[in-house]
Amino acid sequence: MSIILNHVNYIYSEGTKIAQHALKDINLQIGDGEFIGIIGHTGSGKSTLIQHLNGLLKPTSGEVYYNGRDINDKDFSRKELRSKVGLVFQYPEYQLFETTIFADVSFGPKNQGLPENEAGLRAFEALRSVKIPEELYYQSPFELSGGQKRRVAIAGVLAMKPEVLILDEPTAGLDPMGRDEILDEIARLHKERNMTVILVSHSMEDVAKYVDRLIVMNGGVVAYNGTPREVFSHYKKLERIGLSAPSVTYLVHDLFEKGYDVDVNATTVDEAVETILNCFKK
Amino acid sequence: MLRDITIGQYYPEESFIHKLDPRVKLLGAFLFVVSVFIYDNLLGFAIMTFFLGLCIVTCKVPLKFMVKGLRAILFILILTGVINLFLTPGTSVFSWRFINITKQGIYNTVYMIIRLTYLVLGSSIMTLTTTPTRLTDGMETGLRFLKFFKFPVHEVAMMMSIALRFIPILIEEADKIMKAQMARGADFETGGLIKKAKNMVPLLVPLFVSAWRRAGDLAMAMEARCYNGGEGRTRMKPLKYQKCDYIAYLILFIYLGAMIATRIIFKADTLFGMYS
Repeated sequence: MSIILNHVNYIYSEGTKIAQHALKDINLQIGDGEFIGIIGHTGSGKSTLIQHLNGLLKPTSGEVYYNGRDINDKDFSRKELRSKVGLVFQYPEYQLFETTIFADVSFGPKNQGLPENEAGLRAFEALRSVKIPEELYYQSPFELSGGQKRRVAIAGVLAMKPEVLILDEPTAGLDPMGRDEILDEIARLHKERNMTVILVSHSMEDVAKYVDRLIVMNGGVVAYNGTPREVFSHYKKLERIGLSAPSVTYLVHDLFEKGYDVDVNATTVDEAVETILNCFKK
Repeated sequence: MLRDITIGQYYPEESFIHKLDPRVKLLGAFLFVVSVFIYDNLLGFAIMTFFLGLCIVTCKVPLKFMVKGLRAILFILILTGVINLFLTPGTSVFSWRFINITKQGIYNTVYMIIRLTYLVLGSSIMTLTTTPTRLTDGMETGLRFLKFFKFPVHEVAMMMSIALRFIPILIEEADKIMKAQMARGADFETGGLIKKAKNMVPLLVPLFVSAWRRAGDLAMAMEARCYNGGEGRTRMKPLKYQKCDYIAYLILFIYLGAMIATRIIFKADTLFGMYS
């Protein structure tokens, strides 16, 4: 089970003067149960890329395969695909529309054709897993705070029990605590359900902490594709394309240049603490 | 999907028409629309077609792009065509049971379809070649004389520019919400009329909520910058006539002259007229 992108190109408004070549010859393979981070500058093609994964956008040329089948084939059910590949858009709280939170979260499962009670059960589970207090379930989603709305919207996708979960900057505009809560929750779901997770993010610290593999997009092409350690070892080149490495990468590099024997590949705070302590123990 | 809507859109290009002062283009579009309804003989239509063709060629916007805008009025075109074809009284050409097609009916249909098509093409040349800001600037300066009659020109122009600015924003927003709901399994395509209308709820509710929010934000931002109407406001790019604008005015006056001349020389009942 995997997603494969084969020579995917995408051009907005093709054939006019305002045409934009958003994706250029993308080749990627996303395996089962992976936790992948996608980073890149604004306009680098991240959002366009993820919309190809559940068939919302059709490549101008090239193919996207889900479990070995071309998702843009005529007889391939894209509705079914969307219930397997869940996509949480940027600022998902703006898609809430129902009269109660509970009804809004059951919207997805109901569209999957599940009976009322089954859909309700899914909604209940999803709301509990994003830690929305039960007394709010039958209130209007428009009365919630920004962070709570965001969690309800994520629950709306989780309730469909997708095999692959794609999140486009799920923490944009949240306070640090809300950010950690949401990301920890996603990491837990990844572990417990063995769900494939693709996280689009601007925060290097977040991706360094959670993901197994990092894809760096720049100007519509894949610039780097590897573990966070590999990718952040190119931190000088990352700066050239408008990105940066986590702060600890800079710290350990500076220490190393000053003559301390630290591991320059540390990317998370924990790893940095360990290598610095080791260095002083010696 | 929704990005394909081209009415009111601006098409960036470097051309003679793009460079013209918006006031010239507004007057031009106005004259053209009037002429579409004044010309009623073959010669008139020939002049009109020539003028429109000239504009299309000089504005460098691909014809394909303009014709896309016609798709929106296709239904109106067919409806007026059918009504004119079957319901115009006159000398019968073809009749079968209750269907009666007259010579006048055929003329009316052809003229009506040409008129509506030219109307849309003519006005879309103006919007395709002028940014909304310049368009409302032109309207504000061009209609300044109405202030004399206590008409709030600046306020109306400001409202118009805000409304125009919001069209692409709302289209983009609708596109985004639509995709988000499709990702949750919503279906906007299949089903009968009532089911389709019901399926629009997940799109329309968030769209309205966001429109209200944006309107509130904008009002707040304008107040924060002490906006209080047009009195004493200056512009970053004041409108100023160039040489090409005078040339365009000259062409427009020739067109106007031709319009009046053909109307006087070829009356509707002469050889080239409509009801010959």
